[in-house]
Amino acid sequence: MYQSLETICNEAQTSGNSFWKLVQLDDMREQDITEEASLLSMETAYQAMKDSDTGYDPGLRSQSGLVGTDAAKLHQRREEGRMICGDLIASVMERALRIAESNACMKRIVAAPTAGSCGVLPAVLLSVQEKYSFTDKQMAESLYVAGGIGGVIANRAFLAGAEGGCQAEIGSASAMAAGALVSLLGGTPEEICHASALALKNLLGLACDPVAGLVEVPCVKRNVVGAVNAVTSADMALAGICSRIPPDEVIDAMRSIGRHMDTSLRETGTGGLAATPTGLKIREELASHSDVPENP
Amino acid sequence: MILTDIIGPIMVGPSSSHTAGAVRIGIVSRKLLAEEITSAKILLHGSFLATGRGHGTDRAIVAGLLGMKVDDPRIPHSFEIARERGLDFSFGGIDLGDNFHPNSVKIYLKGCSGKELEIVGSSIGGGQIRIVEIDGIAVNFSGDFPTLIVHNIDQPGHVAEVTSMLEHKSVNIATMQLNRLNRGGNAVMVLECDQEVPAEAIRWLAHLEGVIKVTYLSLADPVPSV
Repeated sequence: MYQSLETICNEAQTSGNSFWKLVQLDDMREQDITEEASLLSMETAYQAMKDSDTGYDPGLRSQSGLVGTDAAKLHQRREEGRMICGDLIASVMERALRIAESNACMKRIVAAPTAGSCGVLPAVLLSVQEKYSFTDKQMAESLYVAGGIGGVIANRAFLAGAEGGCQAEIGSASAMAAGALVSLLGGTPEEICHASALALKNLLGLACDPVAGLVEVPCVKRNVVGAVNAVTSADMALAGICSRIPPDEVIDAMRSIGRHMDTSLRETGTGGLAATPTGLKIREELASHSDVPENP
Repeated sequence: MILTDIIGPIMVGPSSSHTAGAVRIGIVSRKLLAEEITSAKILLHGSFLATGRGHGTDRAIVAGLLGMKVDDPRIPHSFEIARERGLDFSFGGIDLGDNFHPNSVKIYLKGCSGKELEIVGSSIGGGQIRIVEIDGIAVNFSGDFPTLIVHNIDQPGHVAEVTSMLEHKSVNIATMQLNRLNRGGNAVMVLECDQEVPAEAIRWLAHLEGVIKVTYLSLADPVPSV
């Protein structure tokens, strides 16, 4: 995995390789595998993302009962033609909810980069594939771009809410999706990096404050904001808008913010939304019947 | 960290630490017992106890004990499947103290031949796990390598016996840990290896004087999974 986005851009410049190709070559080196084996892993992940979308069950609720059925509500509004957003954004929103709700309901997802942020990348990628009719191979290539960006973030900062708050999960997922999207639409390596920087900047400082410590509230709906933010960031970058702060420095800023975050805001379920009167009440109610798991 | 750690793993939700990691602890426990499990007593500690039910940690551990992988869609139904297979399981809470990771579980297993095993496993983030205690003695390994665990009396020569046997079988040692409860009392050595240790070599070790118990984690599933 690369240490900086700048290195990827420089290597692209000198070698003439695209962003995704460089990440693929790096994967083949690191794991000592063939091009076919490496590509297969990305194709398998993309297929699993598709399945995580189609496998949505609109009647399912999570064990806690806090999450489920929301994607079906949004779908209904779309069907009635009442969405304020255009159809691409509406599709991105619905898919993000479908997949993140499925995760909370113990369905199979792709943790990219984490289970809590699993709705972001597929929501964006599946929706643009539908709009532009990209091939599955092109989509798998775009996953390399997402993975390359995620790798740099993992090396320079973190991808876990317990380490850096929600910015590390939804923020990173959004940055990865924005870069993948620019790559699909033919953007340059620099535009890919600026799209991810713009996406990440918008989510800097986001706390990880899940109610009762569960990957449900507010995690599911934050997948929507991460996905939509990726699309708007990609459009900005493709229009030639740059992040005034260089992309690698934005990632370093995320690390610095994460380090300053109190532990109550890093996945412990003890601060922020989790510590509101309602958040605490929900925790208490769940604890009263789940101190010791169901004894069969 | 490799590419498929970032675009992946493909897993059953909702949490890599509380669900995928919990499945992996179950899988490694099953491999360590190395025979059909007939009963399992599962005691959850810390965050596993506080939020385990909401994260499906309980179902995930049982799924792992049944040999399911982290992306098996049957994980939410593991209780029902375990009952069909005659795996008797129960849950409780435990306070292992501050020295243990908040995402930890203690599991007592009994096998079809009467073999017993006590394991403490911790899920340390991103689906990664460590086995931190076996039969009451501290250990520390991931389950990613073939792992040989030898409980012996703390006396000179046992390390040499084990390492020369591995040399004879052309097995390379990746990591090695030694630990003892007290001088001259119970001791344990844990060897993570680059190759599988042959079954006859493990039987030979188990019969040596001063060796109390030999536990071996093979990467191959020793009993057919569900």
